Formats: sequence, C-alpha cells, structure tokens
Amino acid sequence: MILKSRHLLGLEHIQPEEIQLMLDTAESFREVSEREIPKVPALRGKTIVNYFAEPSTRTRVSFELAEKRLSADTVSISTSGSSAVKGESLRDTALNLQAMHIDMIVVRHKASGAPHFLADHVDVPVVNAGDGCHEHPTQGLLDLLSIRDHFGRLDGLKVAIIGDIAHSRVARSLIWGLTRMGVEVSVCAPATLIPLGIRALPCNVLDRVDDAIRDVDVIYILRLQLERQQAGLIPSAREYRRLFGIDRERLRKAKEDVVIMHPGPINRGLELAPDVADGPHSIILDQVTNGVAVRMAVVYLLSGRDGGSELGS
Amino acid sequence: MAEVSLVLRNGRVIDPASGRDEIADVWIADGCIRGVGQGIAPEGATIVDLTGKVVVPGLIDMHVHLREPGREDEETIESGTRAAVRGGFTTVVCMPNTEPAIDTEASVEYVLERARTRGYGRVFPVGAITRGRGGEMLADLGAMVEAGAVAVSDDGSSVENGHLMRRALEYCRMLGVPVAAHCEDALLSQGGVVNEGTVSALLGLNGSPAQAETARVAREILLAELTGGHLHIQHVSTAQSVELIARARDRGVRVTAEATPHHLVLTEDAVRTFDTNAKVNPPLREERDREAVREGLRMGAIDAIATDHAPHAREEKEVEFDEAAFGLLGLETAVGLVLTELVAPGVLTLTEAVRLLSLGPAQVLGLDLGTLGPGKPADVTVLDLDEMWTVEPDGFESRSKNTPFAGWQLTGRPIGALVDGRFVMWKGEVRRFGEEVPCASSDAAC
Repeated sequence: MILKSRHLLGLEHIQPEEIQLMLDTAESFREVSEREIPKVPALRGKTIVNYFAEPSTRTRVSFELAEKRLSADTVSISTSGSSAVKGESLRDTALNLQAMHIDMIVVRHKASGAPHFLADHVDVPVVNAGDGCHEHPTQGLLDLLSIRDHFGRLDGLKVAIIGDIAHSRVARSLIWGLTRMGVEVSVCAPATLIPLGIRALPCNVLDRVDDAIRDVDVIYILRLQLERQQAGLIPSAREYRRLFGIDRERLRKAKEDVVIMHPGPINRGLELAPDVADGPHSIILDQVTNGVAVRMAVVYLLSGRDGGSELGS
Repeated sequence: MAEVSLVLRNGRVIDPASGRDEIADVWIADGCIRGVGQGIAPEGATIVDLTGKVVVPGLIDMHVHLREPGREDEETIESGTRAAVRGGFTTVVCMPNTEPAIDTEASVEYVLERARTRGYGRVFPVGAITRGRGGEMLADLGAMVEAGAVAVSDDGSSVENGHLMRRALEYCRMLGVPVAAHCEDALLSQGGVVNEGTVSALLGLNGSPAQAETARVAREILLAELTGGHLHIQHVSTAQSVELIARARDRGVRVTAEATPHHLVLTEDAVRTFDTNAKVNPPLREERDREAVREGLRMGAIDAIATDHAPHAREEKEVEFDEAAFGLLGLETAVGLVLTELVAPGVLTLTEAVRLLSLGPAQVLGLDLGTLGPGKPADVTVLDLDEMWTVEPDGFESRSKNTPFAGWQLTGRPIGALVDGRFVMWKGEVRRFGEEVPCASSDAAC
C-alpha cells in the first residue's frame, strides 16, 4: 500500500486507512532501531532538509535519527525568528532549497500554515513538524501508536486532553487523529485556554478535571507555557496546579489502569507531578521511542515507498 | 463654439434618485445631463446605441487606497483610477493612510493635483483625523476640508482615545463633513489575523472577535449622539454592528455606514486554506454576519457598498499568514460580484444595488453626484448584465494582484464610463479625458 497524500500537513484531512498504514509501517520500523546496526538502506540517495524555524530539540533529533536510520542524507537548518528578521522570505527559502534538488522538506515553524505555504511553493513532499498553534501531525501519530501499543486497539477508547487547548498544535492533531480512529475525546482546560470556536473540533469540553479524568483510558497532559500568565489568560501557575495539575491524589479518581501521556517537555510539579510522570501509569518514554519509528514511517511513505512491501531488509 | 452633444440611446436607464427604470435615451450636453426621455434626437449629436445595456449614474467607491504617496510600487493615483474606471467607478474617495499620511492641506492638494494631471475620473481625498494618524492630536481638519477633503478618517486604525474622537465629531459637525470610523478596539482584537471562531480554532490562528468591532461601533455611536456630529462607520462586518447602527438611526443619530463586497460575498471559510489574499481587516466573518450585513443593505441601515480597495505587493502577501498584509483589491471586481452574487440571486434589486454604488455614497459625503437628474454632471456608467467573464488578476489595471476572487466566473460587468460627459472607459479600454468618443454616430454597433 502506498500513501495517497503527497504531504503530511496535518491529521484533519487524513483518512483512517492512511493513519492505519502509517502506524503499521512505524511498527515494523521500530524493530530497526533495536538492531545492532540500526540502519536500513531504504532511502539511500534521498536528501531530506529539516527546516526548523523555531527552537526544537526533541522533534528535530527525532526526525534526524529517523532519516539517518533510513540512510537518507539529511541537512538540518535551525533558525529562530521570523523571515523578516532573517532577511529572507519563506518563499525564497523554499525556492532556494528546491533549486538544490532535495527530495523532501520537514518544517517546524511558529506561523500556523507555514508548511502549507511551503507545499504550495515547492514540488517535493512537505512534512509538518509543528506549525504555530495549528497541527503537529507526527506527534499525533506517535501518540496514537503508543496508545494502540498499550491497549492493543484504538476503537472505543476514551481520552481526556488536559491543558492549553487554544495554543496547542498537539491537541489539534490528537483530536483529529484519535476521533478518526474511533476514540472519544474530551478536553479540559481553564476556559481562557479553550478556543472560542471549539465546537468546530470533534471533542467534548469539560470544566472540571475530576470529571474529565473519571472514565477515561488515557489522560493526556499538555505543557503549560508560562507566558500565558503574563498574557492574562491564567491568574497564576500556583492556581493552575491546584485546579488542573495531575498528581497522585487526583489520579485516584481515575480508572485504575489509566495511562498518563505528555508530549514533553514536562513542567514537573506544574501540570504533572514528578511521581506521576515517572510512575507506573506513565508511558511518556514509550512516546519518545515511538516518535522515531513514526517519523521513519512518514518520510519513508512520503518518499513514495510501498508500506506493504518487506521493510527494512 | 458648437455645443458638444451626446445621446446614449435606447439603454435601460436606472436612476434611483428619481425611481426611473425604463428604456430611454440620455442626452448629455456640455458635460451635463440635459435630459432623459424617449426618442431624444438633437441635431448634430453623437449617438451611442446602448440597446440591451443598462445606463446608471456614474458609480462611486467611497473607500479606496491609492497608496500614493509612499507605496507607488503597489498603486498610484494613475493606476488606481484606471482600475476604478475599468471597474465602472467614475468617482473614488481615497483614504489617508499613505506614507506620509494625508494630514495637511498640502497633502490634500497634492492628491488632487496628481489626480488632475494623471488620474482618470474623479478623486476626492479623505484627510486624517489625527496628525500622522497617530491618534494623539487633531490634524488641521478645517484646512484640509477647505483644500477639498470630503471626510476625515484614521482608517486602518481606530482612534483609541474616546475624548479625541468626541472632539473630532464636534469639530467636523462645524465643518459639515463626516468622521469616517474604522471601528476596532485594539485591546479586544489583540492582533488577531482572522475572525475569532471556527476558523481560528481549526487553524490555530490568532482570532479577533466580532466584539472588537462592535464595541467600538457602540462607542462611536454614543459619541455621535453626544455631539450631533456625522459618524460614518466604515466596512461594517458584524451582525451586531448592523443592529446597533439600525437602532441608532431609528432614534435619529447621524450615523451612516458602508459595507464591502467581500464581506457581502465571502465568509471566514475563505481563509480555511491559509489564503493570504482573503486576509483582511475587519476579518471575514461568519455566515450569520454576512446575512445581517446583507439585510442591513436591504433595510437601509447601510448606505453604500464601498470596496476598501487595498493593493498590496506580492511580497507582502506571499508570506506566512501571520505576517501577510491585511486587505484585498476591490475596484475591478466589485460590480461583477454585486451583480453575480447579490443581484442575480435576488438579495438586492438592481435599483438597490445601483443606489448603494452611486446615490448612497454621494449622499453620505454630500456630493452632487450619483443621479442622472437634469443639470447634473454627466457621470454615467454603462453595464452589460449578460457578459460572462473570469476574474484574471494578470489583466488588472491595478498595479497589485491581491484578490481572493481569481478564477471566479462572474456574469455582468461595466462596459462604459463617462465623466463630465466624456468617455473614460469603453469596453474595458481606459482613456484620458478629451480623447474622442468611442463610437461615431453612424457606427451604432460599435
């Protein structure tokens, strides 16, 4: 099977079969990382540019490892600040990269829609590695894979996402990806961090964390950006911890076999208590491991490779 | 010297001022309307046969950005007025957010002089309310009005200081010109780049709530009520703004308003693909807002359709959505959009649409235009209601190409425009004043 989509810009418009294909392919790639020499020649001769126009460590490293394990040639460009600061427009950057005959662009950008803009201006596949407050599809996929691994299925599960939904690209990708696969999603956050148009997203909205976590299989906790306090969106970090933080005490109200997830980096002791983050319910490090496998699958499939053929040999 | 005499023969003449809508001849002499009626055949007159066409008062766009001085790479008074007459507008009213702002007598005179020597059709400048549009001190409003400014506005931003706005309204009551208000509470809009709602939630873009506009509309109405000044609300985009304006008019407040073709035709769905050409301020809103603005036209709460023609260079639009400039072109698509999207489906009658594009704005600004009454300046627009065409920005007269309507199939467009009885556009070809009439009397088909 090959992927129908030419780019991976988000999960909103991705069909369930495509998600299935990416997860299945990732599963077969996971084994590659455990080999003595964790490398296959699948993308030998392909050049992939990782264009990170916003600070990122784990996502960039995860993509680089994924590409290297597939034997692709990779170039990573890290730049912070807007195109205006840099003195070159995103369009010119795109055209210049293309002129160097590359095969794929992975882009992280602070502006929502920047990967879509790139996709309109280059004729190679574009992978969204996180755009503004819009989407972060590979994070969504690796979370789906982690949940599927743990429960052996996705269909029929319930997930609560706790935290800053308004500014979270992770939340948007998760909501689309999970609901596409038959998962029921609830979100819970301070009312100021729920977007006004939340009804456009397929999820329930709850005000109280205790209600949100009661019957779910997964509690997915988002990072709280501390600048939300300066922006007048929450009164204080202390109050956030009190009303929305997940600690052992609060966890008693959840199902016994509930799973804790977080996209990282964690504000330990703020949105998530350290003992819960490191405790038996947490599958946070599995998420990280799956990140590499999912990104291998995504770049492999977007290179036009067949996900059904024998992988990794 | 012989009288220059011209007859526009056998067109469907629509003149909202008199309620006329009939097949008739329009006789023009010495730049003025001499009369409208059946079978007019003065000796020696040039005859232009307009059988099957519609003859209306010269259209007026009371809200355009001509970008001169300052951004001549985007538009000039010459290119902008070429775009205007091509689009059927014989008069444009240009906003003062140029670089530098039009905030002195000298800069008003500059625009008028430039329009006289390089322009096509009529140009009326609007002066800034505050010096440099800085929102802090009143500009020399009286001197600008004496020089020819027909209104004042800090368009592009709102006057945040309510006291200053109050004084502007009082002062302009004395001067007899409207204060045209861009209504946006900047603390509520928070730098939003789209409407706050469905699309901002889906795309993760910073949204500006409808209330950022409406709250400011409310304040300005209260100040107009306090001062007796004439308030004109620019580019109304929300349902609640329309409601406030309608209620204020009912109780006698001097408030007029305009709406743009894009707010009448599009909704926020147009930015679902991150199309920066649909990024505009105020942002495209929801279906219920579009419907309310349309209703505002029908019930008379809104006086004019004005385009907010906002040319932008390609490099200001071909960037990330957050960084793209606000605004889109209007002059060359407005008539086609109004005819196709509003008149054809029955949202407006043709007469209502013509009124909103001619007499309506003329009355807001106190201009002796917008009618085909005897003795009035012979500004006339000729429409072909049946011509089907495709919006192709590469063919625009405007120096800029930023339109979300590229590729749209429209039915109906302006095919002729006369100013002071002389053709400035015929079948898409723009011409200077004084060049000869397009059709000789014997060449009825032209």
